Amino acid sequence: MKHAGIVAWNTFREAVRDRVLYNLVFFALLMIAAAVLVGQISIGIEEVVIVSLGLTAISVIGLLMAVFIGVGLVYKEMDKRTLYALLAKPVHRWEFLLGKFGGLLLTLTVNTAAMAAGLFGAMLLVQPALKAADLCVLIAVYFILLKLAIVVALALLFSCFTTPLLAILFTTGLYVTGVFAQQIRGFGNITGSRTLDAVAVWFSYLLPNFENFNVIAAAAHRRAIPGALVLQNTAYAVIYCAIVLAAASVIFSRRNLK
Amino acid sequence: MTGPAIEIEGLTKDYPVGFWLAKKKRSLDNLTMQVERGEVFGFLGPNGAGKTTTLKLLVGLIFPTAGTARILGQPVSDVGMHREIGYLPEQPYFYDYLTAYEVLDYFARFHDLTAAERRARVEGLLKKVGLETAGKIQLRKYSKGMLQRVGLAQAIVHNPQVVILDEPMSGLDPVGRREVRDIILELKRDGRTVLFSTHILSDAEMLCDRVGVIAGGTLRGVGAPGEIVGLKAKGMEILFELAGGSGGAAIAAQATQTGNRYRIQVPEEELFGALEQLRGAGARILAVAQVKATLEDYFLELVGAEGAQGAAVEVSGR
Ligand SMILES: Nc1ncnc2c1ncn2[C@@H]1O[C@H](COP(=O)(O)OP(=O)(O)O)[C@@H](O)[C@H]1O
Ligand SMILES: [Mg+2]
Repeated sequence: MKHAGIVAWNTFREAVRDRVLYNLVFFALLMIAAAVLVGQISIGIEEVVIVSLGLTAISVIGLLMAVFIGVGLVYKEMDKRTLYALLAKPVHRWEFLLGKFGGLLLTLTVNTAAMAAGLFGAMLLVQPALKAADLCVLIAVYFILLKLAIVVALALLFSCFTTPLLAILFTTGLYVTGVFAQQIRGFGNITGSRTLDAVAVWFSYLLPNFENFNVIAAAAHRRAIPGALVLQNTAYAVIYCAIVLAAASVIFSRRNLK
Repeated sequence: MTGPAIEIEGLTKDYPVGFWLAKKKRSLDNLTMQVERGEVFGFLGPNGAGKTTTLKLLVGLIFPTAGTARILGQPVSDVGMHREIGYLPEQPYFYDYLTAYEVLDYFARFHDLTAAERRARVEGLLKKVGLETAGKIQLRKYSKGMLQRVGLAQAIVHNPQVVILDEPMSGLDPVGRREVRDIILELKRDGRTVLFSTHILSDAEMLCDRVGVIAGGTLRGVGAPGEIVGLKAKGMEILFELAGGSGGAAIAAQATQTGNRYRIQVPEEELFGALEQLRGAGARILAVAQVKATLEDYFLELVGAEGAQGAAVEVSGR
């Protein structure tokens, strides 16, 4: 566990020293600034526009980071053979994976926090002070982060056995199906076939389900988000990540490094 | 503790090859050997012989098709055993966004060292491998030889009992090679066990207590370099002067001439006959010496001409 922490810290350090990240965060802040401008021409609903555009920007930029860094996490270390010296230390392969996951998650948390701070700054431009109801915006950011954790876990899984390009395809593919998970679940009903129905249901349980993670609309209108949903989403993300990481460990622990 | 430092038994590795990875290529075939504690063991062979494969199996980077290996009595599948081993990968590469200091500190963290111990070890090692001034530079700016030094330093940052080095001299200039040799000898003085692979024969000859020669995935021979060389004494060499090409021409004709000096090699049992002949011809004998086969001769013989060609010509890394 301590070893995973060391790997995580190094992964975070790598990200901090990579300028691409700053550019992405800067880009997100730019989008939020644009949202302020757009908000100004939509009199009366400025706050709604700023929050929904801002959260969307955070989500999109976060996903870009999660996917593009995530798919390279393991692959790059194998490809450049930086992993060889590391695995000759008393480090288990699962500790390495967990560390990589934790490191990217830490990176995403810090970046998301920076973007969220930008969003709250933008909100303060159009409203005098933060209200209690604005808490739902923070919860929406938290849900984005949970979603990113699942995406990172999936990217890491693919990163263990395939090239970054394929891993990007698989991860984004899974992400998209995850967004439409509910519809897939209902797919069997449409066709009316019982087998297809069963397959679709089982398949849909394997896929991530991001249905409950998107509360951008609710947050934009400052509708309260139930505490139960916060718990449920947290538990879902933790369990889903644990299963995906366990699968990644099983695959990676058997792998011969070329 | 007793018993050998490294025990390898029937170690075999097949790599899947071909488009569907359905075919198998045997890279290491039934390797059995031991490295004793405190020994410097040279693993010698041409490119593609299976040296790297063997060392990677020992460190658990790849898994054997068959056979077992133990280090200090522990199976190599036991990651905890890695506390006692150090490994320098072939053509090492490290995180290029870190400085040499940071990389060594990072690797040292996986061993139970206090912050102060870590700093002392890392600073000492940077000095030892000649990187004290470059320690604060990011590795992206390092040359191959400098990376090799970082690699060597990280392999011994935790004072391991068993040090496994894959081509430690490759990419280094003569000064660097000399430094690496000194480090290996120092490890030996400290009672550490060193297993290193090389295709550079002189390095092995200078450093090793024993060498193992591998080619085509099979071990061709193991022994002390001196032993191998002594057993294979090629004969005697006679150096003589011949004043004004007299009647001894029969024997002088077979000799190589430099000025009025001649040099000739004869089998040991023919030495006295040859000396008689030379004396009869009025030659002045300057020196008689035993000609030892070099490790290189042994190597070439074992490996066979076609396999050794690449190895013999090549002086530094691939
Ligand atoms: N990942 C791999 N896949 C397929 N073949 C490999 C792989 N690694 C090594 N080989 C083959 O195994 C043989 C031994 O390689 P190696 O152990 O690297 O030799 P050496 O280190 O002695 O030069 C070579 O023929 C090489 O082509
Ligand atoms: Mg090699």
